[in-house]
Amino acid sequence: MISSFERHGAMEKKKPVVLVNERYCKGCHICVEFCPTSVFEMRGFTAVVKNPEACIACMQCELRCPDFAVTVSQ
Amino acid sequence: MSKKVAFMQGNEACAHGAIYAGCRFFAGYPITPSTEVAEVLSAELPKVGGSFIQMEDEIGAMAAVIGASLTGVKALTATSGPGFSLKQENIGYACITEVPCVIINVMRGGPSTGMPTGPSQSDVMQAKWGTHGDHPAICLVPASVQELFTETVRAFNLSEKFRTPVTVMPDEIVGHMRERIVFPEPGELEVVNRPAPTVPPADYRPYDTSFGDVPPLAAFGSGYRFHVTGLNKAEDGFPTTRAGIVQAEEERQVRKIEKATDEIVTWEEYLLDDADIAIVAFGSTSRSARFAVNEARKHGIRAGLFRIITYWPFPEKQIADLASRVKAIITPEMNLGMTLHEVRRCVKGMTPVSGIFRVDGEPIGPAQILAGIREVM
Amino acid sequence: MGFDYGKYIRPGKLPHIWCPGCGHGIVMKGLIRAIDSVGFSKDMTSIVSGIGCASRLPGYVDFCTLHTTHGRGVAFATGIKMAKPEMNVICVGGDGDGVAIGGNHFIHACRRNIDITYLIMNNNIYGMTGGQFSPTTPTGAKASTTPYGNPDPPFDIAKLAIGAGATFVARGTAFHAAQIDKLLAEAMRHKGFSVVEILDSCPTTYGRRNKYKSVIEMMNHLKDVAVPLSAAEKMTAEQLRGKVITGVLYKENKPEYASEYRKLVERVQAG
Repeated sequence: MISSFERHGAMEKKKPVVLVNERYCKGCHICVEFCPTSVFEMRGFTAVVKNPEACIACMQCELRCPDFAVTVSQ
Repeated sequence: MSKKVAFMQGNEACAHGAIYAGCRFFAGYPITPSTEVAEVLSAELPKVGGSFIQMEDEIGAMAAVIGASLTGVKALTATSGPGFSLKQENIGYACITEVPCVIINVMRGGPSTGMPTGPSQSDVMQAKWGTHGDHPAICLVPASVQELFTETVRAFNLSEKFRTPVTVMPDEIVGHMRERIVFPEPGELEVVNRPAPTVPPADYRPYDTSFGDVPPLAAFGSGYRFHVTGLNKAEDGFPTTRAGIVQAEEERQVRKIEKATDEIVTWEEYLLDDADIAIVAFGSTSRSARFAVNEARKHGIRAGLFRIITYWPFPEKQIADLASRVKAIITPEMNLGMTLHEVRRCVKGMTPVSGIFRVDGEPIGPAQILAGIREVM
Repeated sequence: MGFDYGKYIRPGKLPHIWCPGCGHGIVMKGLIRAIDSVGFSKDMTSIVSGIGCASRLPGYVDFCTLHTTHGRGVAFATGIKMAKPEMNVICVGGDGDGVAIGGNHFIHACRRNIDITYLIMNNNIYGMTGGQFSPTTPTGAKASTTPYGNPDPPFDIAKLAIGAGATFVARGTAFHAAQIDKLLAEAMRHKGFSVVEILDSCPTTYGRRNKYKSVIEMMNHLKDVAVPLSAAEKMTAEQLRGKVITGVLYKENKPEYASEYRKLVERVQAG
């Protein structure tokens, strides 16, 4: 049996952390356009994480980032 | 125990020389007049655990040879004129990446398809200048079946020692003639293997000049991971456009052969001690020249023969020295003056140099050379 | 959760040279995940390429890497595989490199069925030289050497591979990033010559000449044209017009060249 507290704790642990490495980002817009929950926005020529709470960890941004700039971790 | 003796064709001897040298990979494409090298190796390589592959074209064959060599295997290809032209692209790649390999080019008439079954000596300049860019060149020009065997062994040795492609260029006559060959015993001829790196994999750099002008080459699959590119590269093997590094690497690649010229250059002198006239010849033409020298001496003409065995690096010092000793030099060759040009460059006007040229698919016979000697007298 | 690409990327080599929105980086990530999933060791894996944008890939990844001459990657790879069959050999490159200047090496590697995985990043253009049309540029498309539209009909790389005898042929797109490593991993596990074509986009030299307003439009194009094989089987020819079928398009088991040659060697040595 998993207590509700434990379940909540597990969920806390799984909360994704989205990062954009500005040194690698070339500003292609792919993460901004294809994120289903609008986590990213463009700031100048670089993508930035605008709305981290919205991330559902679908991983599409990391998979599609051509520049190894976007990472999604726990 | 008596040595093994055979009556054998030059191209066959070349293939056996390759096996003796430790060659365990051949990639080629059929072309006259070199195909026998491939035919013999298709039979012999599996016997010694090696690999033979007939590729889709000459370019692919040269590529496969370089790929194989990068795994630490001694690798060979054989071709002739048109194929030698096609291989130039990847010969340049082997030069800049410094991957050892040996190319046999059995010279036939040209340009283009030319005379596939006719002899020629007209690829000697291509052997040096064939691929674009500055690059080193070693080219050996044997004159007998025996020598085609031993020079093939030496080609592998030089290639492994200096991390560079080496070309062996018999003319069609040397490649196709049959004569007696005495097979060297194992261990009788020196066999050189490329030095393995001594540093741990993490510290390995494929062009690490702290090991001198010829840094050790690691083999793919030996625990050393590194990058090889045909772009100008730095000592770590990765591409660079930084001027100082590119200049230094380019100069080193050429210097590593230039400064070893005395070690690489080989030649034979025949009756030159008192000679007034020197014939400078190589390959099958040198055999006619030797006969002509003997004939000339019967008629009281003091002629001698300087036989080129290593064409590149060219025996510059030796030819210059020769020029100071004789009254005239004649260069008979199956082209329109390639060696003449090179000899004149070395002689610097000290001695008159004239040529005897033939590009009609017929060999230069002793009579033609003798006539040339008489003309000079 | 995310994949640790750092394990396979050579230190200090990123950012790579590819333009903003170029799909090659997406494909490289797929290749890395595929190698990781099949468990190829770094020391025993060789990644070979020819010339062009896609052929710059080997410089970034920590294997035994060989960046060769234009179109010749497969021929160099053949030499490696024949001389050292225990090595895992992967060849990568673009469309011009693979099926124009390297076309002869490509079809003969297919015919031999030598155990090499060949990844072709097909962006329909010669990107590195500034956008000349390639053998996969669609008829009518604009390129720097087709100012009036491309008069040439294109190759279908997958059909070419199947016709030439490749025993594993798959196609994906840079948009369908999660599928790339699946296709490549299956290709690497396959014993024989495997070809994986990934439709890719070149915003810089193809997109801007062919009325794609952005990287996103090009990615959406890949999304729109791709039809998985399972879905395509239920579609009519009319419905499939202008579409590209993705997935594992062909697979068969046939004797593999390098291992067959080793058998030959054993036979000869046994007398």
